[in-house]
Amino acid sequence: MKRGVILLAAALLLGGGATGYTLRPGREPATAGQTGQAGLDLGVPGRLLVRDTVTGLVRGSRTRCERFHAAAGTGVCLVTELGAVPTTYAVLLDRAMRETRRIRLAGIPSRARVSASGRMISWTVFVTGDSYDSGGFSTRTGLLDARTGRVTVTIEDIPLVKDGRRYYAPDVNYWGVTFAPDDNRFYATVSTKGRTYLVEGDYAAWRARVVRENAECPSLSPDGRTLVYKKRTPSGAWRLHALDLAAQRETPLAETADVDDQAAWLDRNTVMYAKGKDVWAVPADGTGTPRLLAANASSPAIT
Amino acid sequence: MYISGVKLSRLSLAVPANVVALGVVSLVTDVSSEMVTAVLPFYLVLSLGLSPLAFGLVDGLYFGVTALVRLAAAHTADRLRRRKLVAGAGYALSAACRLGLVAAGSSVAAIGAVVAADRAGKGLRTAPRDALISLSAEPGRLGQAFGVHRALDTVGAFLGPLVAFAVLGLSGAYDAVFVVSFAIALLGLLVLVLYVRDHRGPAAGSASIRPALALLGPGRFRRLCLAACGLGLVTVSDSFVYLLLQRNAGISAEFLPLLPLGTAAAYLLLAVPLGRLADRVGRGPVFVLGHLTLVLVYGLLAVAGPFWLVLPLLGAFYAATDGVLMAAAGPLLPEPLRASGLALLQTGQATARMLCSVLFGAAWSAFGHVPALAALGVGLVACLACWKAVR
Repeated sequence: MKRGVILLAAALLLGGGATGYTLRPGREPATAGQTGQAGLDLGVPGRLLVRDTVTGLVRGSRTRCERFHAAAGTGVCLVTELGAVPTTYAVLLDRAMRETRRIRLAGIPSRARVSASGRMISWTVFVTGDSYDSGGFSTRTGLLDARTGRVTVTIEDIPLVKDGRRYYAPDVNYWGVTFAPDDNRFYATVSTKGRTYLVEGDYAAWRARVVRENAECPSLSPDGRTLVYKKRTPSGAWRLHALDLAAQRETPLAETADVDDQAAWLDRNTVMYAKGKDVWAVPADGTGTPRLLAANASSPAIT
Repeated sequence: MYISGVKLSRLSLAVPANVVALGVVSLVTDVSSEMVTAVLPFYLVLSLGLSPLAFGLVDGLYFGVTALVRLAAAHTADRLRRRKLVAGAGYALSAACRLGLVAAGSSVAAIGAVVAADRAGKGLRTAPRDALISLSAEPGRLGQAFGVHRALDTVGAFLGPLVAFAVLGLSGAYDAVFVVSFAIALLGLLVLVLYVRDHRGPAAGSASIRPALALLGPGRFRRLCLAACGLGLVTVSDSFVYLLLQRNAGISAEFLPLLPLGTAAAYLLLAVPLGRLADRVGRGPVFVLGHLTLVLVYGLLAVAGPFWLVLPLLGAFYAATDGVLMAAAGPLLPEPLRASGLALLQTGQATARMLCSVLFGAAWSAFGHVPALAALGVGLVACLACWKAVR
């Protein structure tokens, strides 16, 4: 009897505390996916856009995204509604940040990218629970050709050539697509058998080949000559590197911290990326020092 | 607990109160831990911005930690004759880890450490808890006792994700989920402290681990261990089953998190009846029968048979083997070494299963899933045949 009283009292106390903490004021419920303009114009060139990590909104708008990218008057916003079956959408935005299309995805938003012309859009979501080695993960990367409206749900069945031969494996995972100025060629990361590779893909011909090992989340410069990606160092940290595609020369950037993001190009010579809770920028040729670009921000994009 | 008072008293007519109490502790604790499991991927990726590979590292294999902690904890529990204390320490450590997640903030290394500590807590409590169950029921009714415990445990696994997403929906904040999970874990710990009685039988005596290792000498327990490990080597991880099922049946990937619920439902419904059946007809036959349902699962996946059968069969496999194995092992172990023996058995089985998943992954990549599944099925039948021969 005494035990019952103690347990009941504890249950009431803990329940009250937990309820109070859950419902304490100053919080917004996690609703996502509302879009609406507030004076942001994605068509004005050269404007820096970021997602505010405190509110989840694209700064200067009322659009809530988990991941965001934009170029040339086209935006893509990945949103998730949480639940036992999480619902994720890639929401396409016009230059006034109005929703034009909504594509249902399966997984947790990871990467989003729009080609420089605004024609090609790509996203990566990441799925837990279907990895077949414990502690693993898998990704789904999709494409949208905005000109034809055609959606590629997953690029994992693209014929892949590695070391001159067609490569088959059930465990290939792609993520982090970046498009070339011709809106046809693209680069991405593929992981298979515990290694990661940089691949170059051809959208029209629908084929891809492995270019080099250990290069993740590539980002192609506006002139199409330089790739910046994160490379895993022997210590296990990721460090941003630049690859001169013509000379195949790799240069570590001046950012020495562990960076886990797909970089974007701020201008012809500079990349920007999320580090910690902020967005930073660093020259793409290995010189200079990193500088803070936007505090409490992620998903940087230049219109 | 007062809510389910009626149910508890009816169950306790047949099942010792201590077993029910331990089951309720597991239920409450599982609500708490499954809450965290359900939201952790979202927290890591959406809130902290981790990429897939970094997530894999955080979630990586803490297998070695768990195995070593389990063996050491079981040995300590036996030596001190304080099984409740050691199990309680495990529950307390895991509860503290919920607050650790809040404290870790955005540091990936700290989150990794908290996840590792949580697994260590699980390692601490498993074997002493199962030893207490096996000491709390008569040897002839152990199958039922473990069945009741596993069924209650599974109810917790069902409720956890529901509570987690309800809290997330109300608060919009992950730390609220961790705090609520902490409160629930404390409640579980309190039920353990208040309602579970320790079994302080004769002491193991020496501080040496030799008596525990001597359990693996020739005898029935060794044969049981060999059988469990051999079968473990051909028992693939559930994730493979769900992945194959999803691919074969063309289930959309977003529904993957729901597949384990199908297995859990069957496990929940069958754990008690199959435990009782094991008490009546013998634990060996039910254990063998359980593995034959696993052969069926492999067969269905290989030939792309009726998919709706896979999850109930997988649940039946667990219901017929998990608690039943513990029920079979308990009476074979001297009371002072009960936790150590069960820990050896569990660790051996888990190691074998992990090896199997690694090998199956490689075989799947190299030869495709049909030959890999066929090899597993043949291996299972061969193991069962060998076991029959040596018994």
